[in-house]
Amino acid sequence: MQNLHLRHFKSYTATALMLLATLIVLTPLCLIFIHILKMGFSSLSLDFFTQIPKPTGESGGGMANGLFGSALLILLASCLGLPIGVLGAVYLTEFGGGRLATAIRFSADVLAGIPSIITGMVAYTLLVLPMKGFSTLAGAVALSLIMIPIVLRTTEEQLKMVPGTLREASLALGVPLWRTSLKVILKSAGKGVVTGILLAIARVAGETAPLLFTALGNQFWSRKLTEPIAALPLQIFSFAIAPYEDWHKLAWAGALVLVVIMFGLNLGARLLGRQKKYS
Amino acid sequence: MNNAKVTLENMNVHFGPNHAVKSVSLAFIENTVTAIIGPSGCGKSTLLRSINRMHDLVPSARVTGRIMFDGSDLYDRSVDPVAIRRKIGMVFQKPNPFPAMNIYDNVVAGYKLNNRMKRSDSDGIVETSLKRVALWDEVKDRLRTSAMDLSGGQQQRLCIARTIAVQPEVILMDEPCSALDPIATLKIEELVEELKERYTIIIVTHNMQQAARVSDSTAFMYMGEMIESGPTKKIFTTPEKKQTEDYITGRFG
Repeated sequence: MQNLHLRHFKSYTATALMLLATLIVLTPLCLIFIHILKMGFSSLSLDFFTQIPKPTGESGGGMANGLFGSALLILLASCLGLPIGVLGAVYLTEFGGGRLATAIRFSADVLAGIPSIITGMVAYTLLVLPMKGFSTLAGAVALSLIMIPIVLRTTEEQLKMVPGTLREASLALGVPLWRTSLKVILKSAGKGVVTGILLAIARVAGETAPLLFTALGNQFWSRKLTEPIAALPLQIFSFAIAPYEDWHKLAWAGALVLVVIMFGLNLGARLLGRQKKYS
Repeated sequence: MNNAKVTLENMNVHFGPNHAVKSVSLAFIENTVTAIIGPSGCGKSTLLRSINRMHDLVPSARVTGRIMFDGSDLYDRSVDPVAIRRKIGMVFQKPNPFPAMNIYDNVVAGYKLNNRMKRSDSDGIVETSLKRVALWDEVKDRLRTSAMDLSGGQQQRLCIARTIAVQPEVILMDEPCSALDPIATLKIEELVEELKERYTIIIVTHNMQQAARVSDSTAFMYMGEMIESGPTKKIFTTPEKKQTEDYITGRFG
């Protein structure tokens, strides 16, 4: 009988320790979020979302061009990065036995680990120098280089989880391998792949370093893809280190918006990933 | 009625150094059911899968010899394996309907996935195929519901409907009843009896009683070799080889 009491005690103690550990992890996250909320909420207004920054010295203005710029950069980066990542993953899954496949996987892993500022420098060398100017395109390419390995690896993991019997069923019906890969296997893994994509987008949405010398940033609206463009993280950065109180307030508002966007994307990815249907 | 639809001539299958099927020669007569029996690992599934060239997808597989189908060698260089699979269909051990599709789409999947679907024809094809597998009455009111909601036996009949919807000439069945309960098994066996009027059926089974019930001819394989083949009645009552007799009477296997 005494044994039972001792075991109960151990069980409760262990549970309490695990709960404590969870709280320790959650606390900084909550503190950061609450702080950003406090500092940024008061500066949020309709102006923030509709106006571009006012010239130095004037109060007011917003980060509309930064919001638009970030959205455009992510869109362009996705147009480049998603097809490469997804189709590359399909290739690895279908023909993934040989040395080439192993080399591709290894390269993707290395690419994923490269500090994003270096990715920015690569885009700088590839695009900014030959084009003799900073541009939206260069920024998009830098972001896509970050997206590709993430999308590749997560898509591959999802495709691997599709049972082999599905591939066999499709092939036995006289459906060629490439159609089977795209219309049956990729479709089956659909939700998981989209989750991976959302997480990759959430990651690049907050990247600042690679945009520093590719997209550069812009006080005004950009008119061409070959011009520098504003981006939300870049504006937050330049406003935060400026000596004007007004700009600091805007930076906090920008930080709040960015955090909410990332939170939303991650939450969306999780909710989507929850509904797996097949056995 | 008596011509061979598919003939294996001195067929060998190697997986790397593993010699899985050894010099098998066998003829499958049109509109009959041939059962291939033998203990686990004897090469029956490997043999079956070489008929619709499923081994093309296994890099280490090597098939030699000839498989004659309607007068030409299936393994000839000029033959397109995808086209072959439309004429020689396969039903697998575990029912595998496409989970992302409903019942209707599953039946016509062979057309849909190849973008060969004509809207006007699909209703007819679905009804005919489902009627042939005796599934129509059970599902006609819920054609647009998920295929995964059906029972195991129903799913397997759906898979057979899907296979016959593309109008093959031969149907290969790889232990189609292993994953099913006895009642569902019986239904599938009755179905096989009816199907042989239109198709040539080759069924691999480890259930000897099923082979005896369902097939017109039986072939016994052991360790990759075709030990004996002939009319089912003969194999099960007066087999020629001792190995066959030992297996039939349960002395090993």
